[in-house]
Amino acid sequence: MPTLTLIQAVNDALKTVMRQDQRVVVFGEDVGLKGGVFLATEGLTKEFGEQRCFDTPLSEDGIIGAAIGMALNGLLPVAEIQFQDFIFPAFDQIVSEAAKFRYRSGGMYTVPMVIRTPYGGGIKGGLYHSQSGEAYFCHTPGIKVVVPSTPYDAKGLLIAAIQDPDPVLFLEPKRIYRSVKGEVPEGHYTVPLGTTRTVREGNDAVVFAYGAMVSVATIAAEKVAAEQGKQVRVVDLRTLSPLDEDSVLEHAKQTGRVVVLHEAPRFCGYGGEISALIAEHAIEYMEAPIVRVTGFDTPFPNTLEHHYLPDERRVCDALEKVLTF
Amino acid sequence: MTASASTAASASSLAPIGILDPEGQLLPGAEDPRLEREQLLAMYRGMLRIRVLDERMLALQRQGRIGFVGTATGQEASVVGSAAGLAPSDWIFPGLREGGAALFRGMPLEEYVGQMYCNTYDTAKGRQMCNHFQHQAGNFVSWSSVIGTQLPQAVGAAFAAKLRGERTVCAAYLGDGATSSGGFHCAATFAGVWKAPVVFLIIDNGWAISVPACKQSAAASLALKGKTYGLPSRSIDGNDLFACYVETRAAVERVRAGGAPEILHLKTYRMMGHSSSDDPTRYRDAAEVEAWSKRDPIARAKRYLEGRAWIDDARDAALREELDAEIRGVIKTVEAAAPMALSTLVEDVYAEVPAHLRRQYNAFLESARKHGDARPSDVPFPL
Repeated sequence: MPTLTLIQAVNDALKTVMRQDQRVVVFGEDVGLKGGVFLATEGLTKEFGEQRCFDTPLSEDGIIGAAIGMALNGLLPVAEIQFQDFIFPAFDQIVSEAAKFRYRSGGMYTVPMVIRTPYGGGIKGGLYHSQSGEAYFCHTPGIKVVVPSTPYDAKGLLIAAIQDPDPVLFLEPKRIYRSVKGEVPEGHYTVPLGTTRTVREGNDAVVFAYGAMVSVATIAAEKVAAEQGKQVRVVDLRTLSPLDEDSVLEHAKQTGRVVVLHEAPRFCGYGGEISALIAEHAIEYMEAPIVRVTGFDTPFPNTLEHHYLPDERRVCDALEKVLTF
Repeated sequence: MTASASTAASASSLAPIGILDPEGQLLPGAEDPRLEREQLLAMYRGMLRIRVLDERMLALQRQGRIGFVGTATGQEASVVGSAAGLAPSDWIFPGLREGGAALFRGMPLEEYVGQMYCNTYDTAKGRQMCNHFQHQAGNFVSWSSVIGTQLPQAVGAAFAAKLRGERTVCAAYLGDGATSSGGFHCAATFAGVWKAPVVFLIIDNGWAISVPACKQSAAASLALKGKTYGLPSRSIDGNDLFACYVETRAAVERVRAGGAPEILHLKTYRMMGHSSSDDPTRYRDAAEVEAWSKRDPIARAKRYLEGRAWIDDARDAALREELDAEIRGVIKTVEAAAPMALSTLVEDVYAEVPAHLRRQYNAFLESARKHGDARPSDVPFPL
């Protein structure tokens, strides 16, 4: 089995589905001959031609608006937004249109499409190449939000997303595009949307994380195990919306001590929803208050981004809190 | 008003292209498109049907039986003439006032009136407010309420058709106000670069709610907007059924044959308020409305038809009576609709109702039953 980076797995997923299904088209800014600024679409124009992988004018609302029209008329568009930070001109098309077409038309019109976009900090990108905007989209019924954290999941989830009958926002943690490697099967396979993955076993506490924060959580769990002999479970949420609520509640009940981890700001962030879910349905199982480890409620910094982004020290501190309560 | 249909000279002019004058006479130098009697009468009927329907719907709104009406009164030639210029397989991405185009394409009246009642006769299951039509069998796409968002979608749908080698053209309707939206800019940009088979139809009725078209753009004509995108554009007398039909048809066929996407600017006038919730006397001059009433598109077409002896007052009155009777009958049917299933609250958000929505619905249903809001057919989802 080949060992690929996360970005190579994305590329492999695109090639795999494009070979199988003529309806799949890939487009966005610089995705053609250049192959995308991160090379996610490298080689696609060469293999599939300019009809199926092509550059667009520099307009995110145009990209997503056109993708919706293509999906309405029988294609399976995979649109790239170069950085998630640049998605907001298309917010209207995503929130008002893609997410609502099925509902508002009583199921007569649907838009199976994928929006791929690199997100998250840790690459010295400053305010506008670093943000984690997942909460905006998770707050919008009708669009699914998926975040891989390994090359295997990146390929399997992306293929599942392209085959899904509903619009999917596919957030790629760019900080680990090349730093994580893993075995990735050749050819077609899927990882079902709406399922979590247990990254590390343990019954003393659980950390819920996604994207680049999964490896931060795992490092912290290893450290706690080495230093204190406590076994911390790490759960990768993988599909943020619709969330596998049963799985989250099961993990929370089994461990009784919960840390929720994400890069995005805390206030109205995704961690608040996980915390509320557990508080509503499993409070009686809790041995300690739920603790969130998140970015600050500030714009994304530049010089001090390593302090803004949760690291294993902050996760260890949070685990200390829940384990000793 | 300059004469003649599809000449390069008239296309470059800012003055709207016309064929008939307000008296229903051919303009000097204009060519009679020589429409067949049946086709012309069908178009006339289509216009009249919108007029009668709008009147009836406004009356229902005043009686509190439906919630909202956005009429096409005064714009019927723009709606029907342009729709008639399309092939049935062409797609329409409409705006608020193009429902008559769906009817003209065969949308059943029950579905149209059902949409105005937002009840079980509505194919959208009552999810949208009134006056937001769709007709899938007629390739008439669901419209949101957001101005301009449908335009890049029309480009994408056209691109898909072109990729498959189909000869479908997408008609993207917008108002004068929507020419200011980002959706128009990106759609025109993409259409030009991709050579997508799209025709943009700007139905310029002079008003975006209370803001006049002169406050939307400093351009001497909205047709000039096409130039910078590389889209051939022309202005048309939007109250002239013949000009609307001939020019739309010609543009659509040029685009279908592989020509650049085009913009048609149909100059017309919104005779009523923006909607049933609007009082236009607060912001516009009665003299302007009065002047446009002399250019009524239905009266103009009728005068032409009278000239051909294809219609007279008696036959026209009978037609109006027939249309109104049909509408009244349908209203009766639609008002007797079965109640909406409560499960439509959570269905069609995704292809399948996910677990969290099934739980939310079941919890709601329990309370609805307690309060007598549920019927025996409203049952919980399996968990």
